[in-house]
Amino acid sequence: MHQYIPNSDDEQLKMLNEVGIASFEELLESLPRALRFNGDLPLPLAKSELEHKQDVQKIISEDGNTSTHISFLGAGSYDHYIPHIVDVLISRSEFYTAYTPYQAEVSQGTLQAMYEYQSMICELTGMDLANSSMYDGASAMAEACLLASRHTRRKKILISRSVNPIYVDVAITYAHHQGLDFEFVDMDNGITSLDALGSKLDDTTAGVVIQNPNFYGGLEDLVQIKSKINDEKIQLIAVVNPISLNLLEAPGNQGVDIAVGEGQSLGNHMSFGGPYLGFMAVKEPLIRKVPGRIAGESIDVHGERAFVMVLRTREQDIRRERATSNICTNQGLNALTACIYMSALGKNGLRKVAELCTQKAHYLAEAIASLDGYALDTQYFFNEFVIEVPGSAKQLVKQAAVAGFFAGVSLSQFIDGAENKLLLAVTEKRSKTDMDALVNFLKEYTG
Amino acid sequence: MNVPAELKYTSDHEWIRVEGDVITIGITDYAQGELGDVVFVELPEVGEEFAQADVAATIEAVKTVADVFLPVSGSIVAANESLDDDSELINQDAYGAGWILKVKMSDPSQLDALMSAEDYIASIS
Repeated sequence: MHQYIPNSDDEQLKMLNEVGIASFEELLESLPRALRFNGDLPLPLAKSELEHKQDVQKIISEDGNTSTHISFLGAGSYDHYIPHIVDVLISRSEFYTAYTPYQAEVSQGTLQAMYEYQSMICELTGMDLANSSMYDGASAMAEACLLASRHTRRKKILISRSVNPIYVDVAITYAHHQGLDFEFVDMDNGITSLDALGSKLDDTTAGVVIQNPNFYGGLEDLVQIKSKINDEKIQLIAVVNPISLNLLEAPGNQGVDIAVGEGQSLGNHMSFGGPYLGFMAVKEPLIRKVPGRIAGESIDVHGERAFVMVLRTREQDIRRERATSNICTNQGLNALTACIYMSALGKNGLRKVAELCTQKAHYLAEAIASLDGYALDTQYFFNEFVIEVPGSAKQLVKQAAVAGFFAGVSLSQFIDGAENKLLLAVTEKRSKTDMDALVNFLKEYTG
Repeated sequence: MNVPAELKYTSDHEWIRVEGDVITIGITDYAQGELGDVVFVELPEVGEEFAQADVAATIEAVKTVADVFLPVSGSIVAANESLDDDSELINQDAYGAGWILKVKMSDPSQLDALMSAEDYIASIS
């Protein structure tokens, strides 16, 4: 019997006999010989569990992680502190094992958690309705583009160049067969150019996508952008950082029609890129066109408060090919995590996190900008900013890792001519000692 | 079964009242009974143009959704906005206050394919 395959030779033979053949080889008879691989696959022998664990640990220690290195990585995934209670509560088997239930109303606890998550997202964004999550920030943005197109029956989406380029790639792939026409709005001084936006708006435009704070950390002026859009049919889509909303004005108060974003920073571990959750919140006119699951509050036969799935007729299982979206599920556990994280910190705690991020990021930015050979590239920012470094930013990141820092994300992979630009994020977890240590490293580093 | 003799019908259970080059469209009493309580009707905007067989409106019941197909090509001249607040008019008065759209036809000969009340009754019985 193979170590990792639970069927014994006897059991395998029994199964083969059941279908009337004598060997595994015979099962493959229908495949032409010429197409089959002859001989043994060139694979190493199976290792023991202990050996595997040691191998993986070796790989992990070679790469480093946020507990071995001082991290200034951001670009969509942030190293915030996660109170212990978050992981303890989500690990309860009632939550941990339950997939989004098909007979939803049986699971009142799950529905209540979804409902409370939605309510918190609404409060954070200042919007009228939130769904109970999307796959991640990038797919939430793609769904927002499709929603704008459905609502306006138009096809053109204007995306600012300051939006996360990875999100843009996902949106283009996601909407590939949906006939959307993406056009880009150039930046001016690190934020969306209002003139460029104005020149691209026309009566075929379905939506305008702005990220705030943008991918490069800069704060966009959503109110001014909104005022530039004279055609009220055009949907303003804002991709927002939920932690920043504890300090910045809610997009719902800035004329935004659809607010989406990445929910990882709300209590979810960075975990090498996922699983994360996307959030989506909209204004009232869009309620019947929103994709995804929505939990609502109702009254049961005894007159007691109860929770139900609402507006189900938008979804695939009922509307088939005319459903609002192919998403018919949600990131339940990650949304629950966000809900518990926000409850654990409370309004004041969340604001404190946002304030610490801002203050620390500005402390670090100023300290780096004062160094010879370095310059700050972002004017107004929350917790993320771009600096110009001596020589290649990619090279600097490499050297810094050896010295125990994840110094940031080199921007050359996203923009031509940005070889010397580095994107840094600072969360409340970074101490003054951490930041001073990076500044000292940079001071010594000459490119 | 209430199937007024003066109207025309489609196999999608819609009724059509012809007045000059404008038609009024609703769903039949049989259709509203099959759908159950109508909770929402999504209407097009006045002035929108549609081709024959396009979906011009959508009717949501509690557990299902039905499309309203246009039996003829044309442009929308009116949509029943009372349905925004009172979608159950379709259940209460399918042939009257529950009308859905008025369409100005671009090719009235497309009406020839519609069923008479007699044919419609035969098709649902």
